[in-house]
Amino acid sequence: MKRANAIRESLGDRVFLGIIYAFLIFVLVIVIYPLIFVLSSSFSSSQAVVSGRVWLWPVDFSLEGYKVIFSNPAILTGYINSIIYTVLGVLINVVLTVALAYPLSKPTFVGRSLIMMLIVFTMLFSGGLIPTYLTVKSLGILDTRWVMVLPGAIAVFQVIIARTFFQATIPKELNEAAELDGCSDIGFLWRVVLPLSKAIIAVLVLFHAVGTWNAYFDALIYLKSPELFPLQIILRNILILNSVDAGSLVDANQFAARQGLRDLLKFSLIVVATVPILCIYPFVQKYFVQGIMIGSIKG
Amino acid sequence: MVFPGMESSSILDTKAGVRGRQGFQLTARRKWKGVKRHWQLYLLVLAPIAYFIIFKYLPMYGAQIAFREFSIVKGITGSDFVGLKHFIAFFESPNFWILIKNTLGISVYSLIIGFPAPILLALALNEVRNVRFKKTVQMVTFAPYFISTVVMVSMIIIFLSPRLGFVDHIVRAVGLESINFLGVPAYFKSIFVLSNVWQGIGYGAVVYLAALAGINPELYEAAKVDGASRIQKIRHVDIPGIAPAAIILLILSVGQIMNVGFEKIYLLQNPLNTSTSEVISTYVYKIGLLGANFSFSAAVDLFNSVTNLILLVVINQFAKRISENSLW
Repeated sequence: MKRANAIRESLGDRVFLGIIYAFLIFVLVIVIYPLIFVLSSSFSSSQAVVSGRVWLWPVDFSLEGYKVIFSNPAILTGYINSIIYTVLGVLINVVLTVALAYPLSKPTFVGRSLIMMLIVFTMLFSGGLIPTYLTVKSLGILDTRWVMVLPGAIAVFQVIIARTFFQATIPKELNEAAELDGCSDIGFLWRVVLPLSKAIIAVLVLFHAVGTWNAYFDALIYLKSPELFPLQIILRNILILNSVDAGSLVDANQFAARQGLRDLLKFSLIVVATVPILCIYPFVQKYFVQGIMIGSIKG
Repeated sequence: MVFPGMESSSILDTKAGVRGRQGFQLTARRKWKGVKRHWQLYLLVLAPIAYFIIFKYLPMYGAQIAFREFSIVKGITGSDFVGLKHFIAFFESPNFWILIKNTLGISVYSLIIGFPAPILLALALNEVRNVRFKKTVQMVTFAPYFISTVVMVSMIIIFLSPRLGFVDHIVRAVGLESINFLGVPAYFKSIFVLSNVWQGIGYGAVVYLAALAGINPELYEAAKVDGASRIQKIRHVDIPGIAPAAIILLILSVGQIMNVGFEKIYLLQNPLNTSTSEVISTYVYKIGLLGANFSFSAAVDLFNSVTNLILLVVINQFAKRISENSLW
């Protein structure tokens, strides 16, 4: 049997398979090398980083960059703010998404196709940046913590994913039985549907948490007070605008050392900002893949 | 064999049929009874619907400032009506063609490179029989999805910067002079598009891998019996299998062709590259919020949204014509 297979695998096929493996290894290296480069640089000394001696592994292992970061009040404030926005945002997001998606999953819900249409339309067309800004402004939430969690509270694709999930996994008979037992709709949702929907809730939480943690645009346009800035804005100021002088971060005496530290700091900051999410990723990958797959089902 | 459930479901069916014939009034009344009985469900949707009204539909209503001379004192509906003045001003401004050219250039480039890339990855991964290798590649290529735009852009800046980045190390190792890549307008599109592919290829491949996993195994058996080579199998089984998903995603991305992501472009911009990096969304932000020219930039934005919507409808009709796959 094995021999027969070996014969059938023609030379052309084997060459082709070789090309495929080469291609995948190429992709793998291209994706992973920048990540390793950043990680290794962040653990190197500033001199090694500046002189370009870091290629693959850390050179002159040091934690200078990290020490500076964790003693910087702005970065810590940003971290705390980002955690607040993410937790609060996810909470609001999940409650609203379920509250919308569950009724819409009922075939008997009156107006369901109309509501669905109006919601999906907002995906295709929007009033635009300025009208949205003016609306937010007129609500009086500019430059408050609410502006970071309310305008993006619901994502249409999440509603679609959740609705599809509820339709597919909650048997109608279960609902009818609960109704006969005198269970209210909200009671049923709370006591039966939600415990059965842990997978989809994990998906909602993850997508929204990653989105909120990584977002900077809303903060850029709606926030003025530095004490409300999320981590991403602080990162932008330090990494891209170079606006924070390393001299204000540490008491380094020599300019050269300061300059080097500033470069090193960038690598450490990237690691500090990305690692929390990357750490949970292997554990939650399953849910992410599930979420994308449910979302791709036309519904 | 009769299942206990079958009988009752057939009874329900006849009942539904009888009710259907009894006309509209009864269904309306039954509907109302349903609403009353399930009032809690209607209560639940109130808050989310309020969200959509406030944060999505009010701004759409407010988009009329594009046709007015907005003044903060007079408010949205009280400001003077000026018709198409801002649109005409935009069409006639020297920026118009530059913005259109940059925006379309970047998104068409994105589409040509970014659309097939995840398909290629998925098709290649699908050929791999070594589960561990497959999982590793999938996991690693997916990881950059978690990197934020700010971090992504700073990585690009660092890698391309003349002193720190490994790209510069390579350039110098080959014996060339250091290049300030982000300062050269001609490189901007490639930097943007290729880094997007780097970040999104693994995420994009997931949908296609799911589609590939859903292909009927009998088709592969049949292909094997017919003596199809690997390439033939990919062409005649794999690609038709993922075509529906690919077409839907293609329609969606064509519908977004005038929407080049603001977040990344804005951060990648510097005074040296704006001649190719200024796109509609960044222009709207700069003119509108930074320059406080609300009405004009709302007009630019509205022009953009409407164009996108029209494109989406057209491409969807087109897709409907030539294949069975469409959004609606």
